[in-house]
Amino acid sequence: MTSSLQNMPGPFFGEFGGRYMPEALIAALDELTATYEAAKADPTFAAELVELNKSYSGRPSIITEVPRFAAHAGGVRVFLKREDLNHTGSHKINNVLGQALLTKRVGKKRVIAETGAGQHGVATATAAALFDLECVVYMGEEDTKRQALNVARMRLLGAEVVPVKTGSRTLKDAINEALRDWVTNVENTNYIFGTAAGPHPFPAMVRDFQRIIGVEARQQMLDEIGRLPDVVAACVGGGSNAIGIFDAFLDDSDVRLVGLEAGGDGVDTDRHAATISGGAPGILHGAKSYLLQDEDGQTIESHSISAGLDYPGVGPQHSYLASIGRAEYQAITDAEAMDALRLLSRTEGIIPAIESSHALAGAIKLGQEAAAAGRTDEVILVNLSGRGDKDVATAARWFNLVDPDVNLDEEGMDA
Amino acid sequence: MSQVADKIRDLRDNEGRAALIGYLPVGYPSVEGSIEAARALIEAGADILELGVPYTDPVMDGETIQYAVQEALEGGVRLRDVFTVIRAISDLGAPVLVMTYFNPIFHYGLRRFAQELVEAGGAGLITPDLTPDAAQDWIDVANEFDLDKVFLVAPSSTTERLELTAAASRGFVYAASTMGVTGERATLGTRAEELVGRTREAGAEIVCVGLGVSREEQARDVGRYADGVIVGSAFVRPLSAEGPFDQRLAAMSDVARALAHGVRTARK
Repeated sequence: MTSSLQNMPGPFFGEFGGRYMPEALIAALDELTATYEAAKADPTFAAELVELNKSYSGRPSIITEVPRFAAHAGGVRVFLKREDLNHTGSHKINNVLGQALLTKRVGKKRVIAETGAGQHGVATATAAALFDLECVVYMGEEDTKRQALNVARMRLLGAEVVPVKTGSRTLKDAINEALRDWVTNVENTNYIFGTAAGPHPFPAMVRDFQRIIGVEARQQMLDEIGRLPDVVAACVGGGSNAIGIFDAFLDDSDVRLVGLEAGGDGVDTDRHAATISGGAPGILHGAKSYLLQDEDGQTIESHSISAGLDYPGVGPQHSYLASIGRAEYQAITDAEAMDALRLLSRTEGIIPAIESSHALAGAIKLGQEAAAAGRTDEVILVNLSGRGDKDVATAARWFNLVDPDVNLDEEGMDA
Repeated sequence: MSQVADKIRDLRDNEGRAALIGYLPVGYPSVEGSIEAARALIEAGADILELGVPYTDPVMDGETIQYAVQEALEGGVRLRDVFTVIRAISDLGAPVLVMTYFNPIFHYGLRRFAQELVEAGGAGLITPDLTPDAAQDWIDVANEFDLDKVFLVAPSSTTERLELTAAASRGFVYAASTMGVTGERATLGTRAEELVGRTREAGAEIVCVGLGVSREEQARDVGRYADGVIVGSAFVRPLSAEGPFDQRLAAMSDVARALAHGVRTARK
């Protein structure tokens, strides 16, 4: 490897990325890019963010070895990077605090966000409360039902949650509606984008705010076992937690980077969200990247039990890393993810988010493959990107944990 | 040579008025229905037609057009149907532009799309999510096939970007009247006129205004200072109403006649 793959600046990652957006938003994207570049060069910005990470969200997050879980993964060693322990329960807060500080710098008083599982919406509502910003979160109507608890959390935090009733009524459509709001209100509104996708500068900027995950984890592994892990595994929807943990390892060519996509009912069915495994290059939400699309270039609705991975696109840097072979992407079915969720809960007393459970299921497979190949000393680092409290109702239905007559659907939460 | 620019110049120089540019989505309420609607719109006074390619993620469109294109997609409309509609209306004297988001034509292949557009008799493309700095591939293909490239400017556009867009556009420059998505608005404010002035200063010869124009008095106001008045949602809304299709077509034509009267009385 001749040059570093870390900290790629965008707007392009190989042929992927770019800025395919309405002219009305270009001025705001330019302003955001310039503000971010200036902030990056300003030590007081970095210091503010470090302080918030430490005293507000609780960084650094720990790593935890999970031997009872690992016994089911071929007996290799498995470590979890515990982003589930962050304030608000997932890695999303890392990015949101960075973008909320930028919002202050551009002098805007209103923020909007899209959310799928609700984790990014909750994180944005949290930061808006902290920084005294008006906050509107767009969420697919379908997701407001699957993730009703997070709808309530956002409203409790003072945000307005707008159920989006167009298209597939999931994350893709929430982004469309947020973009429509932004086009209309861009003069006083900043769009806090939740994943490392979308138009420049979001893919590079969101990655930069998330790369602390990998920076910490890399050092923690060196401190703990005296070497780097053999495999780093993370779930990929838009891909922010994955690129966040991958970035610090990109130049460690011996470390295998594996992104686990949402395979839904299976990539060979028409009900999945495995964009790189089952899609083709195209343009959605401002960037060229892999995309689930039909023969006319219409976006195909994705399907996943995990609202946070239920997105037919993926961040452009992942498409690039796949195209050059630096990272590999595999699909995990709903059933495999749910089995992994239950396994971690029962063996280690940690209830993971369904999103993160895709990464855990990947670790089980990768560990078993390593053991079968005789590599029993293999070390797998999994990004446990979020905790599963929000998913308890879904898990209860999936595993029949409660009397079927008990109403777990919080009807009316989307009213 | 741009049929669209020639048409607008002809109206400006010989009739002393702005062009009425009408938008309709292909395949709504059916492919045949969109052909009938396009014919009726031209008959009622639209000078140039803008045919929209239905797309699953129309981020620049408001509710009226979102609903129509979703219906069109659910009805099974295909990208190639745009050529069918163009062929059916290309001899009516109104140049036809295609309004499309980028991915459908990117996926189809830009050269292939351009070739078939030329064969069908289309004049060029309006690209709402493609700005000139991101459009080099399309610009090259459009130049090769002698097609119009209509790019948008917005009230937020800087002078530098107005110059970039004016230089890259052919046919006209599409000035978005307000910050926002397509849809009918009660008032347009003063930003549209300012933007048209700034866009002309940036080097654009022909500037047309769209977004929010739905009423005769708005068409009259915009037609006073712009080279064309672009109307979409106000035509699509009557097509989406209840009742027999003939009746909906007649209602759309009533709207079109009023707007056509507006542009014809703007500079009197």
